[in-house]
Amino acid sequence: MTTTLPYHSGLRAGRDGFARLLRAEWTKFRTVRGWVIGMAAAALVIVLLGLLTASGSHASCSVGSVEVACAAVPVGPGGEAVEDQFYFMHQPLAGDGSITVRVTSLTGVITYPPPNHNEIVPGVVPWAKAGLIIKDSTRQGSAYAAMMVTGSHGVRMQHNFTEDTAGRPGGVSAASPRWLRLTRSGDMLTGYESADGTQWTKVGTAHLAGLPATVQVGLFVTSPGDLTVKQADLGGSIEQVRFTQATAVFDHVDLQGNAPGGAWGRDAVGVTGTTDWERYHRPNGVQESGGTFTVAGTGDIAPRMDGQTIERTLTGVLTGLILVIVVVVMFITAEYRRGLIRTTLLASPRRGRMLAAKALVTGTVTFIAGLAAAMVTVTFGKQILRSNGNYILPVTPLTELRVVVGVAALFAVTAVLALALGAVFRRSVAAVITAIVVIVVPHVLATASVLPEGAAQWLLRLTPAAGFAIQQSIPGYAHVIGHYVPQAGYYPLAPWAGLAVLCGYTALALCLAIFQLRRRDA
Amino acid sequence: MQATIEVNGLRKHFGPTVALDGMSFTVKPGHVTGFVGPNGAGKSTTMRVILGLDAAEEGSALIGGRPYKSLRNPLRHVGALLDAAALQPSRTARNHLLWLAHSQGLGAKRVDEVIARAGLGSAARRKAGGYSLGMRQRLGIAAALLGDPPVIILDEPFNGLDPEGIVWMREFLAELAGQGRAVLVSSHLMRELQDTAAHLVVVGRGKVIADTSVAELLAAVSGSRVTLRTTAPLEAVRVLEHAGATVAALGQDTLTVSGLAAEEIVALLGARAVPFFEVAAHRATLEEAYMELTRDAAEFRAATGQEAAR
Repeated sequence: MTTTLPYHSGLRAGRDGFARLLRAEWTKFRTVRGWVIGMAAAALVIVLLGLLTASGSHASCSVGSVEVACAAVPVGPGGEAVEDQFYFMHQPLAGDGSITVRVTSLTGVITYPPPNHNEIVPGVVPWAKAGLIIKDSTRQGSAYAAMMVTGSHGVRMQHNFTEDTAGRPGGVSAASPRWLRLTRSGDMLTGYESADGTQWTKVGTAHLAGLPATVQVGLFVTSPGDLTVKQADLGGSIEQVRFTQATAVFDHVDLQGNAPGGAWGRDAVGVTGTTDWERYHRPNGVQESGGTFTVAGTGDIAPRMDGQTIERTLTGVLTGLILVIVVVVMFITAEYRRGLIRTTLLASPRRGRMLAAKALVTGTVTFIAGLAAAMVTVTFGKQILRSNGNYILPVTPLTELRVVVGVAALFAVTAVLALALGAVFRRSVAAVITAIVVIVVPHVLATASVLPEGAAQWLLRLTPAAGFAIQQSIPGYAHVIGHYVPQAGYYPLAPWAGLAVLCGYTALALCLAIFQLRRRDA
Repeated sequence: MQATIEVNGLRKHFGPTVALDGMSFTVKPGHVTGFVGPNGAGKSTTMRVILGLDAAEEGSALIGGRPYKSLRNPLRHVGALLDAAALQPSRTARNHLLWLAHSQGLGAKRVDEVIARAGLGSAARRKAGGYSLGMRQRLGIAAALLGDPPVIILDEPFNGLDPEGIVWMREFLAELAGQGRAVLVSSHLMRELQDTAAHLVVVGRGKVIADTSVAELLAAVSGSRVTLRTTAPLEAVRVLEHAGATVAALGQDTLTVSGLAAEEIVALLGARAVPFFEVAAHRATLEEAYMELTRDAAEFRAATGQEAAR
């Protein structure tokens, strides 16, 4: 029986490969029932909490005490919900042309502002708008480009609701009037401004694809509601919006091109009701006197911020993340606790590769779980919200895809972060607590109205919780006054930038984990 | 690949404690090499260094001429059992072997082969958390065999085995060595290796005390001591010490002589007319040989016990 010939295995030798490590780690994960159940529970929690929240959210519209069907919300050329309400003095313009005007005054009223809320005061809100507009038609939501003076943001050129270009700053008065000009050349619209009507400066251009041959051109005035935010008890806030009206005085109206001339059409675009102020004091409209037009209007031409968002259905994400963190941390710390890490390192002595394989398996599993959960939740949550009368701010399919895939990515990257922390601490309790403290707690603090707004925003810039920005479907706009705070669903960083912050922290933690794993004795 | 383990000048500290102090030895294929020494002598640390788990401050440990960390599909080259308790309790034994197999590009068929080979049978589908220590040792053996490696390293494989299991393990180790594999087996109890190991590496305080075959070791220790009973102990001591022997009194009329063979003692005492009525060459067991070797190296020894032994 004894022989000193070296032993030769009859097993077929295969090529060494990373794919084998992945398969081994996947086998490890799927063969512990508790981990599989935990991961499924995380996905289920997202779906159930999401659908529950959607079911409990009801909305309806009424006139007086009578419930009516809600008016359809106009949608802009980019697919976003828009406010498109203004007083419009217009003429049709066939083909190319140009309109010029001088604005000598922009005034207005604000009804019942703080502190006493007991009087109507003269005043112009910062984004009151008055100027020239060339618009596809008087249909709400149709394409446009406009040159305007504003309450306190100077001259602007805006188009298609979301786009805004700044011109000369400063207010407008009889002593310091503004000349505005808007020209059409095919699909290209160009805005100019001047202080004296001779020296013109180009402000910007707008390319309006598919603009019809005949458009509506003319003067417009509008004035958005006056928003104030008051700090409430327990760190919450109360937002109030009050009716405002702006009045602008125009002269030197000069319309060049193929326009019929004569009387101007007058339309209160998108106006559905009238306030007491309009009824008894000053209605919206145009007063003409010897080439001078005094136009009063109310409303806004801007993206609409009022409505439910698709990410409102993702209320279960935090709870799901906590479950994922626990499962993923166990996936690695259980090996340390049992000494199984040595067996793992015997099978795969190149430690960085081993941890990379573990991270990839963890990330993939959580990504798939998160993707399935987010897809189901958003799809059915939207339907439930709509059937309960809620208006959901529409987003493009690409944005919805970004939100769903982004939430899956948030899950995957958080899981890898938790795994790295598990490798660094080698103890489940320390790793779970750290993961929750760096990602879940900052988000809760920032959105639960317990911190000042500034602090909340910095938390969501500097901590791994920045990654939650990926689920924001509706951006905030600089040219729309809004209460853009985390508790209202507005993150200080852009979606991908926020996720990048989380990825950065995760990469850092993974590098630290690999460094330690290589240096330490196992 | 050569089925050898070459350990050369390993040094390592754990804080102020010297764990390895120039550990050097070679394990050759074809027989079981016993790796013995008291607890704390550096056996497990040496094995971990060989397997790339711990880093040594100095020296090298090579398997078939290569460091463990450079091996591709290492379980195809070396099978190791370090800690039989290192298992995920909620994973079945078969699944434990399955992920290991997958990591080396092996399939479920090979897993079932080693399950049968280690005698786990249908218990392999049970969760490892419910295993007895003996079952875990068998599972560890199955894992070590998975890649059908030419080198096998087992740390205290007899721990927790019942007598039947010990017999099984001995036969099993002999069979593995008989197939031409290099088998390194550590134990802190020499008697576990008595009938199994052909070669012994005896260690203490982080270095090798003896690196020898079992036969040589027994001969060396046995040949060194003779028990002499005489009615004239003082005279006998004088004569024998003059001849270069070391003599110790064991009782009133009993002396222990080392440094001279029994025949030489008989000849010397006869020539000097010293009376004696018994000369017995001491036949040491492997255990005694081991005790002799490691007496100074044992990390924890009672001073009184040491005196009594003399």
